[in-house]
Amino acid sequence: MTDPLLQPVRFIDERTAAAPAIKKLLRYPFPDHWSFLLGEIALYAFIVLIVTGVYLALFFDPSTAKTVYHGPYTPLDGASMSVAYKSVVDISFSHQAGLLMRQTHHWAADVFVAAIVMHLMRVFFTGAFRRPRELTWLVGLTILFTALLEGYLGYSLVDDLLSGMGLAIGYGVGLSIPIIGGPVMLALFGAPFPGAPEFWSRMYIAHVFIFPALLATLIGVHLALVAARHHTQFAESPRHSERRIVGLPMFPAQVPRSLALMFFVAGLLFLLGGLVQINPIWQWGPFEPWLGTNGAQPDWYLGWLIGALRLMPSFDVTIGHYTLIPNPFWGGVAFPMVVVGVLAAFPWVERRLTGDRRVHNVADRPRNAPNRTAFGVAFLSWVFLIFVFGAADRIYVLWDLSYNTQLTLFRVAIWVVPAALFLVVRQLSRNLRDADVIEGDREAAMHEAEQRERARVAQAGS
Amino acid sequence: MRPRQWLLALGTLLAGRVLRRRGGASGDAGAGGATGSDGEQVSGTPERRAENVVLVLLGIAILFAAGFVATYAAFSARHIPNELLGICLGMALVFIGGALTVVAKYLVVNEEIEEDYPSEHPEDQREIAQMVRESGGRFTRKRLLIAAGTATGAALGAAAITPVLSLGPIWYTQPLDRTPWRRGVRLVDVDGRPLAASAIEQESFYTAFPEGADPENIGSPIIVIRVDPANLRLPRARATWAPQGILAYSKICTHAGCAVALYRKPTFPVVEPEPEFVCPCHYSTFDPFTGGTVTYGPAGRPLPQLPLMIDASGDLRAAGNFSGRVGPSWWNVREPPV
Repeated sequence: MTDPLLQPVRFIDERTAAAPAIKKLLRYPFPDHWSFLLGEIALYAFIVLIVTGVYLALFFDPSTAKTVYHGPYTPLDGASMSVAYKSVVDISFSHQAGLLMRQTHHWAADVFVAAIVMHLMRVFFTGAFRRPRELTWLVGLTILFTALLEGYLGYSLVDDLLSGMGLAIGYGVGLSIPIIGGPVMLALFGAPFPGAPEFWSRMYIAHVFIFPALLATLIGVHLALVAARHHTQFAESPRHSERRIVGLPMFPAQVPRSLALMFFVAGLLFLLGGLVQINPIWQWGPFEPWLGTNGAQPDWYLGWLIGALRLMPSFDVTIGHYTLIPNPFWGGVAFPMVVVGVLAAFPWVERRLTGDRRVHNVADRPRNAPNRTAFGVAFLSWVFLIFVFGAADRIYVLWDLSYNTQLTLFRVAIWVVPAALFLVVRQLSRNLRDADVIEGDREAAMHEAEQRERARVAQAGS
Repeated sequence: MRPRQWLLALGTLLAGRVLRRRGGASGDAGAGGATGSDGEQVSGTPERRAENVVLVLLGIAILFAAGFVATYAAFSARHIPNELLGICLGMALVFIGGALTVVAKYLVVNEEIEEDYPSEHPEDQREIAQMVRESGGRFTRKRLLIAAGTATGAALGAAAITPVLSLGPIWYTQPLDRTPWRRGVRLVDVDGRPLAASAIEQESFYTAFPEGADPENIGSPIIVIRVDPANLRLPRARATWAPQGILAYSKICTHAGCAVALYRKPTFPVVEPEPEFVCPCHYSTFDPFTGGTVTYGPAGRPLPQLPLMIDASGDLRAAGNFSGRVGPSWWNVREPPV
């Protein structure tokens, strides 16, 4: 009587000699903490992006050729537009379930980046980026910024009014890079804005193949690096130590948990795609370089760049009448470079400042690293305030706070608020940490007193 | 009313299924938790109840998935309710997620395991270093060979990336400086009709293009307005550029290349009682009365002005090219003194 399961297992092991590796994989321990699911949410949003993206690619036509729309959406009837834009209007109105796929794709992109940012914050504030996980951190950052570019390309391809305005700004920001800006933008676009027809083929192949393949590879490397040194864990009990990891095994405990999360994420994204309208491109209309609209906002994950472009005081760096560094460089290139640079260098900078070169497998509670937590909150608030200012024209409409007042306010606030937050959060963290220590001492003392009392009673009894 | 019938059928099925399951479960419990004859799980135990819940959740997921197919089949592309499709697919996935959650919580072993964190391998590290060092034992001129290898790599790399130059006019940046405007080119509207000077009214805003040129060229679109000539404060060299107070400026913002699509009185504390050009992307604001100078926002240089003239038949024509380079600034853009 042989085990019926043995046969397929033997089949695989005979051909791959992978039984030990598979056994190890099935027993891979996952520390159980809710915050460890944020990265998984990003992964599952990415899978939804691939699935819905493949569907959209079956209908989308990346051509700038002009055509005239005649279709079910009557307000655009007879309008002249690009074939690219028309094919997206058709996906929305003429293909069954096309709108669901398109909106879900867009929602998934927004959730993908949001989950990555949340995951990044978790890793930052718990010090999970420390030795030996610096490479995982760098690959993760690369994923984040590749995802931003990929999202930008995606909504630029549609060739509606908002995507065209976004593309124009991208072109302007690219041109502003000293020395190489002009030649590089001409090379990418093939001609001055709005570019040669080939530019659309270039964006398309980048969006549907190069960047997704890059993202998938990076995600694979990221996961392999995580698995190689295992997850970090919190010091929940004396069993959780720098040397020993405690967690639920991949199989059978973690698999249904993770799959459940996948289905919840996918379900939520399809519910959003069905119920909550996003980027109704038929309302924006087709793009022409001479058209623009007030109150335009990009997808949330580019808001920080719009904010930086808007906050920058008016000046170009010039020598005589020659421009050296045009204004968009500061907000559109220098600012994101600073953010990337600070994040990428942080593990090494922190190591230098604290002198802590040890291997860390136990993640910090944020309060136990007051300086890091304070810096993280300050840095985050700096980027966040700039992000908020990107929506200043919306704030004006919502709360009637004049754009100019906001401009003055934010130009001060983006420096004062982070500085204040740094001091406040550092003090708060120190107090919480000290309170923990006192609490720990008190418990230890009580425990000791109890022991002594018990010993005394035992002695008296004998 | 097919959709409504479908929904009704779906609801009935759903309710029936849940009720039946519930009835079944309580029936089992009522049997006093009798042991299965062949040593199976005891009915009414937590495991059995969890399995029942999983079955119900999967059943609901099946119904929603079927509902998606039914919705797809029942409606034409024109009338298909996106909300219903989203609810069906989304809820099917959510209920599968729910079933898996029950499986994870009650039906699989949830025992934590403990193991050592992977450690470094100092011995292997030394061996690798040793292997690499010994591998070069036969080379006598190591540095020379490394230099030759590097040079070869660089040369091949250069050869491989040279075709990148075909992407666009990389070294030849003149296209960035070119516009279709010349002296005598007639202004036309978006439909190609000539723009008569008499058609330009005050407090309004016209987009015009060079006749016969590609309107999408970033150097083409201009804004045309009429103002009271008495209020003009143009540089002296541009005294003749605004016949009858009719002014023309490039419509492309010098900051980041958006269309300067707003002509309005500024919303910030009023610098000018007259309207100005505002770019909706980053709110760069340009004063048409003084030659397109920046009065607000991040733009670093003025909006290029196009000199105008009025021909014998009363149509507007360009009297030359722009006062400066059109479009977003870049390295080497020259702003001639005014």
